[in-house]
Amino acid sequence: MKFTLKIWRQKDSRSKGKFETYQIDNIPSDASFLEMLDILNDELIRKGEEPVAFDHDCREGICGMCSLHINGRAHGPDEDVTTCQLFMRKFKDGETIWVEPWRAKGFPVIKDLIVDRSAFDKILQAGGYISVNTGNAPDANAIPIPKDDADVAMDAATCIGCGACVATCKNSSAMLFVAAKVSHLAHLPQGKIEATRRVKAMVDKMEELGFGSCTNTGSCEVECPKNISIAHIAKLNREFLKANLEA
Amino acid sequence: MVRFIAKTTVGQKFWMSITGLFLIIFLAVHLTANLMIVFDDTGRLYNEVVHFMGTNLFIRIMEPILALGFLIHIILATILTLRNQGMRPEKYHVHKLGHTSAWASRNMFILGLTILAFLTLHIINFWVKLKFGGTGTVTIDGVEMENGYKMVSALFSMPIYSIIYIIAILGLGYHISHGFWSAFQTIGWSDDKWRKILTGCAYCYAIIIAVGFSIIPIYFLVK
Ligand code: HEM
Ligand code: FES
Repeated sequence: MKFTLKIWRQKDSRSKGKFETYQIDNIPSDASFLEMLDILNDELIRKGEEPVAFDHDCREGICGMCSLHINGRAHGPDEDVTTCQLFMRKFKDGETIWVEPWRAKGFPVIKDLIVDRSAFDKILQAGGYISVNTGNAPDANAIPIPKDDADVAMDAATCIGCGACVATCKNSSAMLFVAAKVSHLAHLPQGKIEATRRVKAMVDKMEELGFGSCTNTGSCEVECPKNISIAHIAKLNREFLKANLEA
Repeated sequence: MVRFIAKTTVGQKFWMSITGLFLIIFLAVHLTANLMIVFDDTGRLYNEVVHFMGTNLFIRIMEPILALGFLIHIILATILTLRNQGMRPEKYHVHKLGHTSAWASRNMFILGLTILAFLTLHIINFWVKLKFGGTGTVTIDGVEMENGYKMVSALFSMPIYSIIYIIAILGLGYHISHGFWSAFQTIGWSDDKWRKILTGCAYCYAIIIAVGFSIIPIYFLVK
């Protein structure tokens, strides 16, 4: 397959970036988007040019490292997949593809398509954990948890923290990410103990780091590669209200 | 609690949803009163309703609370929207949101401004006149009261006014089609099952409001 790529190039966080155009040919239709970029980088290196910097790690859709805003959508045109699981057959032969980094105040560009997502780590450090030792795997059965709660918590826990929710949101809001973490722990007895402190600390941190508020447009849940529901945002709002009424 | 109101966007949104729901309830009362106009073309029924609304103690108490509700809603809407606008300093070259979210949800502030512009006009044309005279009076069963019917029929005899009115009401309908369920989501009273029900209710209520209020100018246009 053949494509025209318009890729955002930016030397470092201080430089001004711009789109560069690349023509690429002979791309197998079952190459992933990242493999397509590998092929492009291979050509660039051969020509003595600077390869395109982009984030990736597992390449099997579980680590949340890959990102990319492709043709106007976080993780590209396919549904419920990360960019590493997006295949070139989802594009038309000869198509022009715009590739941009995540854009948000809280995610500054480091180089080309790589952004700094450490804001998410800081939000987690503010409260996305439990302070007690819950033991080893066999101890999990010591505290019975209703199936429904366990399921909801498990769904929330599938969040890989890729940042697609922020990237697509018109307000660059991190609510889906924060909600997934808050809801995950608030549904479990081990997490409930610190629920009040957690939700306040995480919301405060989120606001401090430059993310917008939630208008409930719902774009985040559509673009989320793990299909995290905005029902978790309602849960966060509930937890936040409760926490502030108690105080 | 004060910190909760003032400091976080989640808290600000909570008050937006409370005031928004309050305004939604107000609209139901307002619409019910308005619709009385089409049931009696002598204007007697409508004038009695207007007189009741103007003299009833409960309504009189609610009036300043309503103004406050509007004020809080508008101030918070402006604060939140301005803040959100700064959260993506470098814009995307392509950003497709058309099929991932509803148009109304992305344009709540524009829709709000449409409502606000109309509200200003509306207050000048209706509320001020009714409060401070200028409508002329009529006597029903020995009680002298403002002739609201005459005022309304005069305003809606101007097609341009009727058209502005209908456009504003459509904007209001759109605002509610998102706002109604969004408010419940903000309060935390929603999950995957309830969201479906609430979005359904939101569209129904938005249609009731949009059609309900529009009936009146249309009634005067065809009458
Ligand atoms: C009778 C009139 C109005 C009604 C019934 C109404 C109702 C609502 C409701 C129920 C919400 C949802 C709140 C939430 O998401 O939690 C909302 C949101 C909103 N309203 Fe209104 N509203 C009215 C007038 C206005 C006006 C005059 C403005 C002026 C600017 C405005 C601006 C907004 C904005 C910007 C939002 C979205 C805030 C956000 O989530 O970012 N509204 N409205
Ligand atoms: S590289 Fe790990 S999810 Fe894509």
